[in-house]
Amino acid sequence: MSGLVGDLVAHFNQWITVFLMVSGLFIVIARGNMIKKLVGLSLFQTSVYLLYIAPGKILGGTAPIISPRFSVYSNPLPHVLILTAIVVGVATLALGLALVVRINEAYGTIEEDEIFEQDSGR
Amino acid sequence: MRLDIILRVTTKLLLPLMLLFAAYVQFHGDFGPGGGFQAGVIAGATFILYGLIYGLGAVMRVLPMALVETLIPLGVLIYAGVGVFAMLAGGNFLDYTRLAHEPAHGQELGVFLVEVGVFVTVSSTMLAIFYALAGRGRR
Amino acid sequence: MQQLPVLQVVIPLLGALLCALVRRPLAAWLVATVVSWTVPVIAVVLLHEALVDGVVSYHLGGWDPSLGIEYRVDVVNGLILVIVSVIAAVIAPFARQSVAAELAPERVAWFYTMYLLSLAGMLGITITGDAFNAFVFLEISSLSSYALIALGRDRRALVAAYQYLILGTIGATFYVIGVGLLYVMTGTLNLGLMAERVVAVETTRPVIAALAFITVGISLKLALFPLHVWLPNAYAYAPSTATVFLAATSTKVAIYLLTRFLFFVFGARFVFGEMPVTPIFVAFSIAAIFVAATVAVFQSDAKRLFAYSSVAQIGYITLGLALATTTGLTGGFVHIIAHALTKAALFMALGAIMFRAGTVAIDDLGGIGRTMPLTVAALTVAGLSLIGIPGTIGFVSKWYLVVASFEAGWWWLAFLIVASSLITLVYVGRVVEAAWFREPTAVALAAREAPAAMLIPIWLLAGATIYLGLDAGRAAGIAGKVAATLLGGPQ
Repeated sequence: MSGLVGDLVAHFNQWITVFLMVSGLFIVIARGNMIKKLVGLSLFQTSVYLLYIAPGKILGGTAPIISPRFSVYSNPLPHVLILTAIVVGVATLALGLALVVRINEAYGTIEEDEIFEQDSGR
Repeated sequence: MRLDIILRVTTKLLLPLMLLFAAYVQFHGDFGPGGGFQAGVIAGATFILYGLIYGLGAVMRVLPMALVETLIPLGVLIYAGVGVFAMLAGGNFLDYTRLAHEPAHGQELGVFLVEVGVFVTVSSTMLAIFYALAGRGRR
Repeated sequence: MQQLPVLQVVIPLLGALLCALVRRPLAAWLVATVVSWTVPVIAVVLLHEALVDGVVSYHLGGWDPSLGIEYRVDVVNGLILVIVSVIAAVIAPFARQSVAAELAPERVAWFYTMYLLSLAGMLGITITGDAFNAFVFLEISSLSSYALIALGRDRRALVAAYQYLILGTIGATFYVIGVGLLYVMTGTLNLGLMAERVVAVETTRPVIAALAFITVGISLKLALFPLHVWLPNAYAYAPSTATVFLAATSTKVAIYLLTRFLFFVFGARFVFGEMPVTPIFVAFSIAAIFVAATVAVFQSDAKRLFAYSSVAQIGYITLGLALATTTGLTGGFVHIIAHALTKAALFMALGAIMFRAGTVAIDDLGGIGRTMPLTVAALTVAGLSLIGIPGTIGFVSKWYLVVASFEAGWWWLAFLIVASSLITLVYVGRVVEAAWFREPTAVALAAREAPAAMLIPIWLLAGATIYLGLDAGRAAGIAGKVAATLLGGPQ
């Protein structure tokens, strides 16, 4: 039993990553409201940030500027990658929300099944 | 007395502190969490808060839409300009060591300039998104 | 000169910024044209250097590849660079009147901004030698594509752009997950160094998971069946110029990225020999070819019909990749060239018809061959190349695929490839028959021939499909070099 709990605690970060990833994808697939889909997408992208940052932690590392007083430096690369990914996520969310606003004005609804009905009735 | 007097007074007190914090985050990106994107978002949030509390018209008088639409490509131009200047100075694109007489100074200057470019673009983009989405539905 | 690799991406990027600053429609089109005509020159020079020297390497920021980003041009991505930039150059004269007619004047400059950003993104994906840099450029080109599609006139363009956004972002995020796993296992993001270091760890679970994530992620972007759901709506409702550009380039660049990872980073021996990628890809490719072509037969809107046709044609390219032999890869890459030229010509002809007639519904376009003969003739020629008639480049690629199937001992696959051409004949025949042999409708009679600025690019592309079909050695030669480079392993 302690083996299972031990595994859970040792791989805590990975479990959270997987949970966020899967719940984000589920929301995208299972929900018909367009804004909820975007929320699920954001949740899915957040799991990726955790996937990169958790293994990138260097215990006892300081800011990566060479100084004679320190010997262990943090690796800046995972953080830079995730910063880029966060910006991409923000841009995607902004574009998605702008599209939803325009769709709402054009169709009067943001539920996917109602939009599909309106379009196939043409 | 207006009903939102608490909000208005508190916002007035907070706004300059927010901008100051944005500047702090911008310039301390080397040594801790920070840099152009984070500072740009905080600065954008400052103006958005002003717009939320005092109205869209008020914030549009401070930063008109045309100015914001010009700032967005301007920030990216600063970034690309640093890269092109490094190319003209003999190095590769974004080779910061060519920007000053000493490589270390060049690196500091290069990172500083590109972060300023990022700051300008990100803050004006956040504000432009707010203008675009908040300006609709006013029928 | 040695700065060319970075100029290939920086020039369209600066052009996009100029278009955003200069808000007038004509000035924006001028900037877009100047950029579109500069980019192919750089691409051809880079391809020539890659053919002569083997590899062109450029270190961004002066950093060594193990520390920084490297731009790396060899024959594989040199070919794709040339294809993308030549298509962009040919679109530029066509775009002026088409975009002005389909978009409101205040949006035209934004259209060209997004167009140049998408072009910069696609060239960036192709030229970069860094896995995460590829993700950044992938998202740059994808986000601007979503905006391009949403600028269409129909309100369904908004829904199509939204659906493409959701699926495209999931695909890009899967790709990033795969790259993250590879980074943890190999310690580098540079594709060349990754290729060297992955051999030691290739049987570990993270690397196999990375292969799966990257393959599925990029397959969403290249619209491999059944992950193609976003494509028909996106291509049908986008503005005509956007459809031409996206149909001819975006899926090809995604295919290039997949090829780079499967053959260069992971290696053909591991991917196709030890992992069951070949049967999976062959199965999905055949499904794509037949199902998408059959659905295309029943479409009433010509743009939607050819969009489904695109899904089917992508099946041929992935079939060539899955066969993973020199002949198969040659067929796949010749088909990349063929499909880019053919689809660009087809959608451009449809764009010209939309410009003059205002619609692309097949029933409304009866007899339009009488009033727009040159345009519909080009459409017919491109349609023949799509079917794979001997004398067109479509035949060359199908020939190589059939030979590769026989080499693999799969005679049934060769039979299926030939049979699918019959379905292509049916749906191309529908459009051609309606345009030439029906009584002219009111819409068709009201139309005039397309302007010269549109006819010249259309006939350039249609003529190229015939020229490269008759001079088969030209396309097959360079595709053969590509295949040899991919199967020969990293250099």
